[in-house]
Amino acid sequence: MRAFQYLMPFALVGLMALPSHADTGDAELGEKVFQQCKGCHQVGASAKNRIGPHLNGLFGRKAAGLEGFKYSKSFQRAGAGGLEWHADTLDVFLENPRAMTSGTRMSYRGLKDAQDRAHLIVYLRQFSDNPANIPEADPTAQAVDHDLDPAILALVGDPEYGEYLSGECTTCHQAAGGDDGIPSITLWPEDQFVVAMHAYKNKQRNHPVMQMIAGRLGDEEIAALAAYFKDLEN
Amino acid sequence: MTFNRRMFLGTSAVMAASLAAPMVRAQGKPRVIVIGGGAGGATAARYIAKDSKGEVDVTLIEPTRTYYTCFFSNLYLGDVKDIDDLGHSYGGLAAGGVNVVHDWAVGVDRDAKTVTLASGGSLAYDKLILSPGIDFVDGAVEGWDLTSQNAMPHAYKGGSQTELLKAQLKAMPEGGTFAMVAPPNPYRCPPGPYERVSMVAHYLKANNPTAKIIVADPKPKFSKMALFQEGWNNHYAGMIDWIGEDFGGGEVSVDPGAMTVTIDGEVTKVDVCNVIPAMKAGHIAEIAGVTDGNWAPVNAADMSSKADPDIHVLGDASQQGDMPKSGFSANSQAKVCANAVRGALTGSKVFPAKFSNTCWSLIDTNDGVKVGATYEATDEKIAKVDGFISQTGETADVRKATYEESEGWYAGITADMFGASV
Repeated sequence: MRAFQYLMPFALVGLMALPSHADTGDAELGEKVFQQCKGCHQVGASAKNRIGPHLNGLFGRKAAGLEGFKYSKSFQRAGAGGLEWHADTLDVFLENPRAMTSGTRMSYRGLKDAQDRAHLIVYLRQFSDNPANIPEADPTAQAVDHDLDPAILALVGDPEYGEYLSGECTTCHQAAGGDDGIPSITLWPEDQFVVAMHAYKNKQRNHPVMQMIAGRLGDEEIAALAAYFKDLEN
Repeated sequence: MTFNRRMFLGTSAVMAASLAAPMVRAQGKPRVIVIGGGAGGATAARYIAKDSKGEVDVTLIEPTRTYYTCFFSNLYLGDVKDIDDLGHSYGGLAAGGVNVVHDWAVGVDRDAKTVTLASGGSLAYDKLILSPGIDFVDGAVEGWDLTSQNAMPHAYKGGSQTELLKAQLKAMPEGGTFAMVAPPNPYRCPPGPYERVSMVAHYLKANNPTAKIIVADPKPKFSKMALFQEGWNNHYAGMIDWIGEDFGGGEVSVDPGAMTVTIDGEVTKVDVCNVIPAMKAGHIAEIAGVTDGNWAPVNAADMSSKADPDIHVLGDASQQGDMPKSGFSANSQAKVCANAVRGALTGSKVFPAKFSNTCWSLIDTNDGVKVGATYEATDEKIAKVDGFISQTGETADVRKATYEESEGWYAGITADMFGASV
């Protein structure tokens, strides 16, 4: 539990600044949460890559950053675009893996409980460099609730408006669904589309073009686009 | 089954109707003529035809049968792309219901609302969309006019000029000199000349490493300047001499016969000279009487001409405000225009204008950079809302991802312009 104690001051600073939070995590409880990850991921002294990459040294690691592990294209793109694993990015990812990388092969629906995420992040943090040795280390023990307002997810989009707005997408994303360096967004399930676009808008995803485009789309507009692309037949 | 008389008559009637159908329908349907089949015109024609589902008669007038994009043509100069990668046919547009006429538009009668073709025919319109791209300002570079374009190519329209410049680049003697006369603002593709310098340097580094590049520029600074200069230092140290306005880059004349360039009084013998003169709207915009000075002013909300509400002007030829003259911008403006034109002709819903642009440039293999912004329509102009630019010192991974993204964009925008390839 030493790691936990070191983390306390960082976590308290975070609590004051952020609107919605869970309490500080507990590594022992995190180890229990990790049971559901163990089928694919190993962590600790003898950890190896299995179905998923090993999680030693995870903090500060670039996404898709382990040599010798075959990552999804989606993760490679996210890593090349600058995504790194820290408490905040892990928290977003663990809550809903597809919010951050639509094409991840991690078949996990997400850990909805912010407190459980906090426990898990503290547990995993022990297998990266000791924060006591790194002055700017992540305040890892505290999780924020990022979940999209259910009202946003429940919005019913107007596909006609979406068709007009889609002109801004199809300059780069081929309507026919081709994928030559820019991912396809055609026939994308509506909820995933909405979650992804809000993740750009809230700067949880880091692509500058998409942050710019999504940044000025309103909730209704994102819903309209999602409604249009989900059924786009060519 | 027997073939009775009634069936026979019925079939004939259907056949007769289908033969006559285009004319009969055209008389009743609103007519849109689009002049120019590039990023603005092809997109506008395709979107109006697609979204109106046959309710609007759309004719595209474009002289060439294969369109070579100006965007990515620098990558052909740098041996990164083949010329065939840049060519696109109009088959997809025709399949999408656009009547494609390969001819020159030579006249516009705004009172009669007709367009005259070089072949002598005349077509009537309810709405006319001009997307003619650019032409060059006469006398912009002393010693150069269009008759010099074989000796000193501009290569600033895609196709044969691009191929000519490439052939001259390949024929350069060892240690020779490639000169560029860069254009004053505003002009098509702000980073274009500097991407071209990069791609020429890339070619020369591999094939003629002692050759030199000189650039005479009438401007004190240019698009993505810090990124290009960083890249030139990293990849092509000592090869490129950029002479900006402060060093007499605007005091330039050329002699296409002697193959010399005179910059601020100093005469240099060169082997290739790429003259990119000052630009203006494609000539048909002037003929139509919708230009004011070099460009055609438009209303930001729908790209309609300030001189004629039934004419819209897209892309490089338009004077709209803050958007750069680029294929991406033209494509973005075309969709706003298509929505407005279709609404005016069929009563379909018209949504508020939204514009965006991103320009990718390639500095060296897998060293891509980009700049982009979003825009909105105000009463005065298309105004910038928000933007971003690549940073100096980015990692090789980020630059490679940016280049791969630009390839994705090329596939995306050409599919968006021309429809599915057939």
